[in-house]
Amino acid sequence: MADTLQFELVSPERKLASVAALRVTIPGMSGDMTAMPNHAPFLTTLRPGVVRIEAAGETVEFVVTGGFAEVSRESATILAEQAVPRDAGAREMIADLIAATEKEFAAASDDLRQQIDQRLRDARHLGGILGA
Amino acid sequence: MPSLKDLKIRIESVKSTRKITKAMQMVAAAKLRRAQESAEAARPYAERMEAVLGNLASGVATSPSAPRLLAGTGKGDVHLLVVATSERGLCGAFNSSIVRLARARATRLIGEGKTVKILTVGKKGREQLRRDFAQHLVGHVDFSAVKRMGYGEASGVAQDLLARFGAGEFDVCTIFYNRFQSVISQVPTERQLIPAVFEAGAGGGAAALYEYEPEEEAILADLLPRGVATQVFTALLENGASEQGARMSAMDNATRNAGDMIDRLTITYNRSRQQAITSELIEIISGAEAL
Repeated sequence: MADTLQFELVSPERKLASVAALRVTIPGMSGDMTAMPNHAPFLTTLRPGVVRIEAAGETVEFVVTGGFAEVSRESATILAEQAVPRDAGAREMIADLIAATEKEFAAASDDLRQQIDQRLRDARHLGGILGA
Repeated sequence: MPSLKDLKIRIESVKSTRKITKAMQMVAAAKLRRAQESAEAARPYAERMEAVLGNLASGVATSPSAPRLLAGTGKGDVHLLVVATSERGLCGAFNSSIVRLARARATRLIGEGKTVKILTVGKKGREQLRRDFAQHLVGHVDFSAVKRMGYGEASGVAQDLLARFGAGEFDVCTIFYNRFQSVISQVPTERQLIPAVFEAGAGGGAAALYEYEPEEEAILADLLPRGVATQVFTALLENGASEQGARMSAMDNATRNAGDMIDRLTITYNRSRQQAITSELIEIISGAEAL
């Protein structure tokens, strides 16, 4: 059994990371999950949150606003809507996201509100973590 | 026969035109490199997106509850053509080739009795289509203020398309753009955005192996709009690279033509100068002989 999994983080504009990771923590829609090598194939959508990549000797964190993750036995891929390293512009990105989501919430019809409200809460929570 | 002075002025003017086209060619070359880089950087995302969607779609397509973005409205009466062109001219046949393709398609659809709506991206295409299809134009997206095409812009266009689809404004949506093949070759391409189509056999049997969270159809409903945005983004990036490529070769041609013209004019200029000298000499000699 391999002891690392090939992790890739891509945003629509570019590839942000491609490393052999030991563990990857993914902010799944219904809760954080950690993918390790030989994880069962899995596909989930993401909520705004922190992706934590633990590779040999170093840990890298990215902040994503949404997207989806695909996990297989030997690889994990995150296709993020927007993604930045945690310490480089993440606060601004999340602040923008919160503002945009608030606007969307105000304009949305009732049946969509619940969904957007959830997203707004996730975004605010994340903003709190990052100290925005 | 133009006078020597006229010729000289003409040569100067062609020379300055050549300087301009040369400069434009070099600017286009620099922009082309950037455009190509961003098109390449965006490729992994688009490919992954396509693979995953293809995978999901093959599992859900047959079920009656498949999302409308995938299954369509069940009709094909109203077609929306998204025609992506450039904001600026002077790029050879770049815009005309896209417009020609779109126009052929529109004419055929109208001939079949369908309703055609056209959404233009980029003002050059709008100018060309306004002549024949003025009453079919339903919207226009202006990117003249955008320096560098980002996902945000593409996503904006996609939101607009999805809102129109949601409002039942059309059944089928196709985007027209130029696919970048090389500096001298850009291929006008049409691609159906809604209902979504995926390359057959992308994944196939692997579909059943995944576990999904939330369940398959919810993920698909969430991803399909993103898939549309990604496809629009890819199209716009390809278009951007094609535009610069087309401009580069057009300006290269123009520079060469200007050079040829300068050579020709210079020959004419020298010839008429010599003629003038010769005739002056003849006058002097024959004057001397007469004495």
